[in-house]
Amino acid sequence: MNSNNSNNFHTADVIIIGAGPVGLFAVFELGLLDLKCHLVDILDKPGGQCAELYPEKPIYDIPALPIVTGQELTDRLLEQSAPFKPVFHFGEMVISLEKTVDDRWRITTDQETVIEAPAVFIAAGGGSFMPKKPPLAGIQDYEGQSVFYAVRKMEQFRDRHLVIAGGGDSALDWTLNLQPIAASVTLLHHRDGFRAHPDSVNKMRALVEEGKVNLQIAKIKGLRGKDGKLAAVTAENDQKQDFEIACDTLLPFFGLTMKLGPVADFGLNLHENLIPVDTEKFETSRKGIFAIGDINTYPGKLKLILSGFHEAALAAQQAFRYVRPNEKLRFQYTTSSSELHKKLGV
Amino acid sequence: MKIKVTDRTGEIHNLDAIEGWRVMEIIRDHGLAIKAECGGACACATCHVYVSADWVDQLPAAGDEEIDMLDSALAVEENSRLSCQIIFNHTLDGLTVTLAPEDL
Repeated sequence: MNSNNSNNFHTADVIIIGAGPVGLFAVFELGLLDLKCHLVDILDKPGGQCAELYPEKPIYDIPALPIVTGQELTDRLLEQSAPFKPVFHFGEMVISLEKTVDDRWRITTDQETVIEAPAVFIAAGGGSFMPKKPPLAGIQDYEGQSVFYAVRKMEQFRDRHLVIAGGGDSALDWTLNLQPIAASVTLLHHRDGFRAHPDSVNKMRALVEEGKVNLQIAKIKGLRGKDGKLAAVTAENDQKQDFEIACDTLLPFFGLTMKLGPVADFGLNLHENLIPVDTEKFETSRKGIFAIGDINTYPGKLKLILSGFHEAALAAQQAFRYVRPNEKLRFQYTTSSSELHKKLGV
Repeated sequence: MKIKVTDRTGEIHNLDAIEGWRVMEIIRDHGLAIKAECGGACACATCHVYVSADWVDQLPAAGDEEIDMLDSALAVEENSRLSCQIIFNHTLDGLTVTLAPEDL
């Protein structure tokens, strides 16, 4: 692979996997030491859990912020790290981490972005946000051929017989968007109520009236098919009667959940899906790879955002030694150092 | 005061319950496998439980937020609840729930 010539190839001082609060604060701590960061996150926005799961939820245990919402905290961390001009790669999942011949680390994402750096911070929280897979017997056999958890190319579904399961915005949006090109669309939901945007719900109901969308209020129970080719989805109505919906494609939309994902294959020691680290440098079993925030574990670990901030500061000190082996690390305070003031633009 | 929780292997656990705690927190505090990703914000549906038939009507009804969020739960049944939305109190002594299946 001649990736060095591609636009997708980057070098950095430190690669941060995860752009949640801890990853964002790491940008700041590394920035004070003059280290430049690239961040990769599977979400399409910064903030991690704070932005994805509870943007409106007040958090009460951030030092000096008696009350702050997940989104406000994210916005403030972005503001704080902005002087250091981090480079974000959103909507990408790191799928591999390997050592280069010149003893650096190289990560590759599912969008074929390649980044190399002497140090990597894994700040991936509970793992990657990935679509929930319904616990239906044999569903894995159909994935990629008949069962899809996301729509990447709409054309893929032209002339197909779709069952779309769920009641949120993804389910409704794809019902509306795919209906014109699909051979048939059945929307399957367990209740006759939808939390999707009311406008989408109205449009869907109009299509049902016109006979263009088949709405089934029932619970998804099983799959029937052969060799990865779906023939029907089994559902149960409110009379507890099973029935089949003939289809060749199922699109389940039940939201996202966190999974460790490819981090498990990075060659790091793991303990119950967490990455053990020391408490001096927060380094993993591989030199130059650090783990900070909810994804790490050590004696006494508390899964608090504030713990992650502390971990980021200490890991940054050791990262400096790897990135600038010939320079002396001089610890300075932001209150007094004119050098730091310059970096911060104050 | 106790709650009775059946885990996904079928094992039954009698857990000490504390007034004012969310049922999710009681289950998590005892180390049972419950994801509860959002930490009780009614935002993830990963603390989904089935409430035993004799308890369904004794619980305060689910609010709109919980009903909406249950759309993101898997294998929803009539007795489905999000355990982060049930605040334990002494009238719930003996509450019996089963952990719903997780995603694959």
